Amino acid sequence: MEHIRTTKILHHHIASVEKLALTTSGCPLVIQCKNFRIVHFIVPRERDCHDIYNSLLQLSKQAKYEDLYAFSYNPKQNDSERLQGWQLIDLAEEYKRMGVPNSHWELSDANREYKICETYPRELYVPWTASKPIIVGSSKFRSKGRFPVLSYYHQDKKAAICRCSQPLSGFSARCMEDEHLLQAISKANPVNRYMYVVDTRPKLNAMANRAAGKGYENEDNYSSIRFQFVGIENIHVMRSSLQKLLEVNGTKGLSVSDFYSGLESSGWLRHIKAIMDAAIFLAKAIMVENASVLVHCSDGWDRTSQVCSLGSLLLDSYYRTIKGFMVLIEKDWISFGHKFSERCGHLDGDPKEVSPVFTQFLECVWHLTEQFPQAFEFNEAFLLQIHEHIHSCQFGNFLGNCQKEREELKLKEKTYSLWPFILEDQKKYLNPLYSSKSHRFIVLEPNTVSFNFKFWRNMYHQFDRTLHPRQSVFNIIMNMNEQNKQLEKDIKDLESKIKQRKNKQTDDILTKELLHSVHPESPTLKTSLCFKEQTLLPVNDSLRTIEGSSPADNRYSEYAEEFSKSEPAVVSLEYGVARMTC
Amino acid sequence: KEICLNPGALSTLDSITLMYPFFYRPMFEVIEDGWHSFLPEQEFELYSSATSEWRLSYVNKEFAVCPSYPPIVIVPKSIDDEALRKVATFRHGGRFPVLSYYHQKNGMVIMRSGQPLTGTNGRRCKEDEKLINATLRVGKRGYVIDTRSLNVAQQARAKGGGFEQEAHYPQWRRIHKSIERYHILQESLIKLVEACNDQTHNMDRWLSKLEASNWLTHIKEILTTACLAAQCIDREGASVLIHGTEGTDSTLQVTSLAQIILEPRSRTIRGFEALIEREWLQAGHPFQQRCAQSAYCNTKQKWEAPVFLLFLDCVWQILRQFPCSFEFNENFLIMLFEHAYASQFGTFLGNSESERCKLKLQQKTMSLWSWVNQPSELSKYTNPLFEANNLVIWPSVAPQSLPLWEGIFLRWNRCSKYLDEAYEEMVNIIEYNKELQAKVNILRRQLAELETEDGMQESP
Repeated sequence: MEHIRTTKILHHHIASVEKLALTTSGCPLVIQCKNFRIVHFIVPRERDCHDIYNSLLQLSKQAKYEDLYAFSYNPKQNDSERLQGWQLIDLAEEYKRMGVPNSHWELSDANREYKICETYPRELYVPWTASKPIIVGSSKFRSKGRFPVLSYYHQDKKAAICRCSQPLSGFSARCMEDEHLLQAISKANPVNRYMYVVDTRPKLNAMANRAAGKGYENEDNYSSIRFQFVGIENIHVMRSSLQKLLEVNGTKGLSVSDFYSGLESSGWLRHIKAIMDAAIFLAKAIMVENASVLVHCSDGWDRTSQVCSLGSLLLDSYYRTIKGFMVLIEKDWISFGHKFSERCGHLDGDPKEVSPVFTQFLECVWHLTEQFPQAFEFNEAFLLQIHEHIHSCQFGNFLGNCQKEREELKLKEKTYSLWPFILEDQKKYLNPLYSSKSHRFIVLEPNTVSFNFKFWRNMYHQFDRTLHPRQSVFNIIMNMNEQNKQLEKDIKDLESKIKQRKNKQTDDILTKELLHSVHPESPTLKTSLCFKEQTLLPVNDSLRTIEGSSPADNRYSEYAEEFSKSEPAVVSLEYGVARMTC
Repeated sequence: KEICLNPGALSTLDSITLMYPFFYRPMFEVIEDGWHSFLPEQEFELYSSATSEWRLSYVNKEFAVCPSYPPIVIVPKSIDDEALRKVATFRHGGRFPVLSYYHQKNGMVIMRSGQPLTGTNGRRCKEDEKLINATLRVGKRGYVIDTRSLNVAQQARAKGGGFEQEAHYPQWRRIHKSIERYHILQESLIKLVEACNDQTHNMDRWLSKLEASNWLTHIKEILTTACLAAQCIDREGASVLIHGTEGTDSTLQVTSLAQIILEPRSRTIRGFEALIEREWLQAGHPFQQRCAQSAYCNTKQKWEAPVFLLFLDCVWQILRQFPCSFEFNENFLIMLFEHAYASQFGTFLGNSESERCKLKLQQKTMSLWSWVNQPSELSKYTNPLFEANNLVIWPSVAPQSLPLWEGIFLRWNRCSKYLDEAYEEMVNIIEYNKELQAKVNILRRQLAELETEDGMQESP
């Protein structure tokens, strides 16, 4: 009996379903998933194929939030457990950790009712000199009302990373309140009076926006700012870049040249490098010049989120821990209104709003983990798991596009938070090489020379097992680390047992010596010397065994067409199509 | 003084005997003379217990039959030396088919040779046909893997070379693969090194230069061909004969890599050294010609080509995919690369055994293996994750699985501090694990002793 393989694909992960031309063996159906899994089916009857095609299309495109998996997912927890889960990440606590409020920064209640900015959170931190009229005035001069607020406060340097959207400056418009607010931000830094305004867009795009009454800050109107473009492309460029990348990598029998020319023409790594360079600019401004930075793009929820979060991660080692990274995502992405539902296409909506902005952020972090293998508490699996769940719609965290919408959806009552589930499985996500000794403000200074950027195979080919190393050093070390902890425990146990025995013996001997003065040599001593060396916990062995050395693995078919033509994995319908988990 | 004025002269010394190895005096005590570490007779003993179909032949004792072969080779038992002499006249450079590898699991073999000299009028050689067929069992088929494309192989006929006509070798099926040679490889290396050394390249330029160098394309071609050979042996149960033109370059890349894939012994340190000794040095890879100037030759050196470096890169690729299956680590490969190009040891001098004999390297210079195989040196090259496995290891040859070998090509251009520290930490964890295991074992024994003692005392 042949082993039947079942592949589970969550319906929310389906990005596209495609019916290919009929072949002799049946009708091929290709499912592309948002987690970059590609599954080929061959359905014997065309009619079945058509039916499956239609039902998959329907399943993958939900019209209402309430139909998403998170609203029916039930991990069998009671209300208080669920609420506790949601309280795991507390942003008020996080701002306290950063050191605000303080003498320069305070909590503003201007947006408490989402009256000033619908896509911002309720609680915002601003310079204490910024009065409500200034905030209101500034918000009217900023796209979508997203006025400058604090994103990260560097306690050591007393410098801040702030974020906002583009000014509605057009060719010449000014706004006194906005100018005041920027001045207030620069004055909130007692060390350095000038601050950088970083427009993350390419200069051309920003200039084009002026025609639409938007644009960028005029250095002449703002005292003490230094203006800087960093040239990250917009969501549409990023979307087609990824598409190109996936297309190239999906090619059968891909040649090395096609791979590299495809990688180049997709521009993907160029974009990743641009984001990284922008984040480094932030970190340098704060560390080297002690200057605060204000970051914006157009609406201030895509590139701005990337750059602010990555910049903070370079500056503050807390964000390189598991908990800290969750906090970072909750703060700079979720609370500040990165439109997860639109960017991930959770609902059947405008395909032009879909863009891999968050994926790029994760990739930048992965590149950092490659350059600094000991700086992160978490490992690659952690990043992949988070990526899995921004699309899975299994948990409430990434549903909706801003906090207000999430509150309206009553996510905290109706769905569960992802983070406690990840923490529960924390062992899987720990980096065994992590060196936690480092000081909180150890800055990462990545080198962004081009050759340091590599194709992230484990993300984009996560499910193509034949492409990965057959033995994972990482897993072995991870398990060994676990085993070491267990061994340390064993040693303690054994030592205390031995101590007990010895104590007991000395007592015994004392009493016995009174009775027998001579003690014959123990014959059992010999046997005890032959005590067998035990090999302990064979955890590594299974990991070291090699996948793919069995004939069942058909990796070798790629070496030569002379022997066999490689065909897509055929899963016949009778044996169960990929089971839909709902 | 002249050297100060012209350092270039130093790197292009005319006479080999003026080179460093002839003046180098070792500052260490030689425990084991590397010149005698891997004698052909010993290597053959490993096979002779498993098969009696092969024999050692001394036909090339005076290097008269084939100048690039060693004095001792392994050939089919049924073929006598007289026949070998005849076959040698039919093969390029006198390189008649010899045994390269015997697969103990199923008795299949890899043989290698130079191209047959069929020429345009389809010359035949009965002895050659007999020799090749002698290696096949009754009813079995074999594969001839020609490392040149069919086109190149056909063109070779005009120059007196050629390939095995299937009509004359009916039991054999020919497969053409195309592995590049000489200046194409050399240009590839020059381009790659140039790309790696310029840190100002933007992303597009870097990727297009990396692509244009074609280095990884060559890696993929070589690995694919080696996998194909290994597949014939292990999966198809068929013997293979491998050759290109001379049989001293791409042929050796393929035969040696196929052994890495098939043979666990070749993944140990000693086994790998034996492999290099057998499949590269003895087999007559012209190191002196190929590894003279590396990527930095100004003048076009006709024979310069990074054939051996490509081989090492391929081994590194497999090592990366099977990080626990090799007894050695990346540093071992880097060390071999360095010594192949410039060394105080005589091992890689000369182009063949006959040249090495004439130079009296064994008497006048020190063997690299004498140095490397000292325990203190070996520890640098030992892979802490190694756990012997007896399986055939099939690497992936997809471009996504074949990265640039940074340890070689970006060695001086990247900061490896954090990577080195992480490696050290990994070694620490492994060492600590061993320590703990040992300690637990001791404590368990102690406890068991105490328990039995107690038992003794309580029993009377």
